[in-house]
Amino acid sequence: MRRDLARRAKTALGLVLTALMLFPVYWMVNASFTRDQDLRRTPPSWFPLHGTLEGYRAVLRDQLPYLATSLVVAVGTAALTVALSAPAGHALAKLRPRGGGVLGFVLLVAQMIPGIIMAMGFYAIYLSAGMLQSIGGLIVADSTLAVPFGVLICTAFMSGIPGELLQAARTDGAGPLRTFWSIVLPMSRNALVTVSLFAFLWAWSDFVFASTLDGGGAYEPITLGIYHYIGNNNQQWNAIMATAVVASLPAAVILVLAQRYVAAGVTAGAVKD
Amino acid sequence: MTVLMTQRRRATGSAGSASPPSTLRRPKAPERLAAWGFLAPVVSYLVLFYAYPLYRNLDLSLRDYTVRSFVQGDAPFSGLANYRAVFADPTFVPALVHTLVFTALSLLVQYAAGLALAVFFNQNFRLSATLRALFLVPWLLPLIVSASTWAWMLNSDSGVVNAVLHWFGVGPVDWLTSPQWSLASVVIANIWIGIPFNLVVLYSGLQAIPAGLYEAAAVDGASAWQRFWRITFPLLRPVSAITLLLGLIYTLKVFDIIWIMTRGGPSDSSTTLATWSYRLGFGSPLPQFGPGAAVGNLLVVIALAFGLLYIRLQRRQQEAT
Repeated sequence: MRRDLARRAKTALGLVLTALMLFPVYWMVNASFTRDQDLRRTPPSWFPLHGTLEGYRAVLRDQLPYLATSLVVAVGTAALTVALSAPAGHALAKLRPRGGGVLGFVLLVAQMIPGIIMAMGFYAIYLSAGMLQSIGGLIVADSTLAVPFGVLICTAFMSGIPGELLQAARTDGAGPLRTFWSIVLPMSRNALVTVSLFAFLWAWSDFVFASTLDGGGAYEPITLGIYHYIGNNNQQWNAIMATAVVASLPAAVILVLAQRYVAAGVTAGAVKD
Repeated sequence: MTVLMTQRRRATGSAGSASPPSTLRRPKAPERLAAWGFLAPVVSYLVLFYAYPLYRNLDLSLRDYTVRSFVQGDAPFSGLANYRAVFADPTFVPALVHTLVFTALSLLVQYAAGLALAVFFNQNFRLSATLRALFLVPWLLPLIVSASTWAWMLNSDSGVVNAVLHWFGVGPVDWLTSPQWSLASVVIANIWIGIPFNLVVLYSGLQAIPAGLYEAAAVDGASAWQRFWRITFPLLRPVSAITLLLGLIYTLKVFDIIWIMTRGGPSDSSTTLATWSYRLGFGSPLPQFGPGAAVGNLLVVIALAFGLLYIRLQRRQQEAT
């Protein structure tokens, strides 16, 4: 009886803590539905009782091209990241060439370089190559956020594939390419999903590369869409917050549909299983 | 104590034996060729899109650039002049101090909160898994979304934080627009973003601690407090070290949050090395690429120093298992 009570108290405390933690998210959604004249009220309106879709109309009016660009960039980054990470992971995990250890070390170090430093180098390169404000350039730059992580995840996962399986394929006459394509890749589905999810999310959320390499271009991603809204100082916080809500949708969808991949990705970087 | 030690050895020993035995076998020549074939794309990628930008950045920091010579690419070599200028700049010391304060405060609170939450969620109660998943939300949101939400909540006139403070009779605080509070504001937002990472990693560390230890301690009459300090905390030390170091590396490069909330202002009161570097290179109509790159390279050196420490720690831990 007492134990039961204690468990219920814990659930209650858990609910309160979660509510506190997610309050900013609620407040963003709340502001996105609030009318202009209510935004400046004191005390603030805790619930959007006189809700308006004004903010979302502004999103539809102004932000659709930005969203489309972000989608293209994020999908492109995810594809590029997987295409680079999967073969590398296979080689490092199963074929183990001399020098593989050094490469793994380089990848770990690469993860630690701040994006803003990469951005400056990319800016100098893209300026002379005429690649500023191009979608391809932004995809390549965004992929640097994810490729080291991708290779490390793929390596960790693929070293779990039993070597006998690859050996059997080899005795059946399958070449290295075929072994990789028909055995390793299908078996690594989970790792590939995790890698592409994170690559997508990081590219979708990227602001540093977007603002340095893509600012002022014809195709700008949604992070710059929000940034322009804030920068224009129009104080239309319902429109800003509505854009923020829309920009958060991929994260929400991913959390609901693919939560186990997310948890796997967060811990894989830090803790060896 | 000795019981703890042997338990730990047994727990880690079983994990160690799971490592693949194939390490002993060196591949034959054709296989080695195939291996490098599979690695070729990522190696050329690293050279082109990691090494080359970093080299260009180093080059930028060693030359005297103007906007014109930046486009034409014929800036004269100036040695360490940019670095000397950066060290002598009145912004340097505040930026360095803010970087340290921002990083230390964020890490400390994130870790403490993450650990407390991990211990809490580790007691299986109803909804614990769902609520733990919901805690991930702040970590998944685009940083610009979190930053602008916090900017709105901390707004001096109509922000919800000041409204709540008003209930308690505390006067309005100019969170983002006063030099005393701007750094605190960005630290608060950054802590909020970092808690989920600490929670998830520390939680997975807790899961690896054998439940039998707690049962034995409970039988011996240890209180919950003692169980935490004598079992959980010591056994979690390797995971804690790695969490903190990774957090350190991530926090050093935080740029988006500060730039969107305060732009490093007012009057440099929340400027860190990362935002300063950005402002020098991109934040003004007259970019100073040389000094900007120099500040960036200082940041790389700091990040790499801690990065190597992290790698060493992880290696040692793997050897121990």
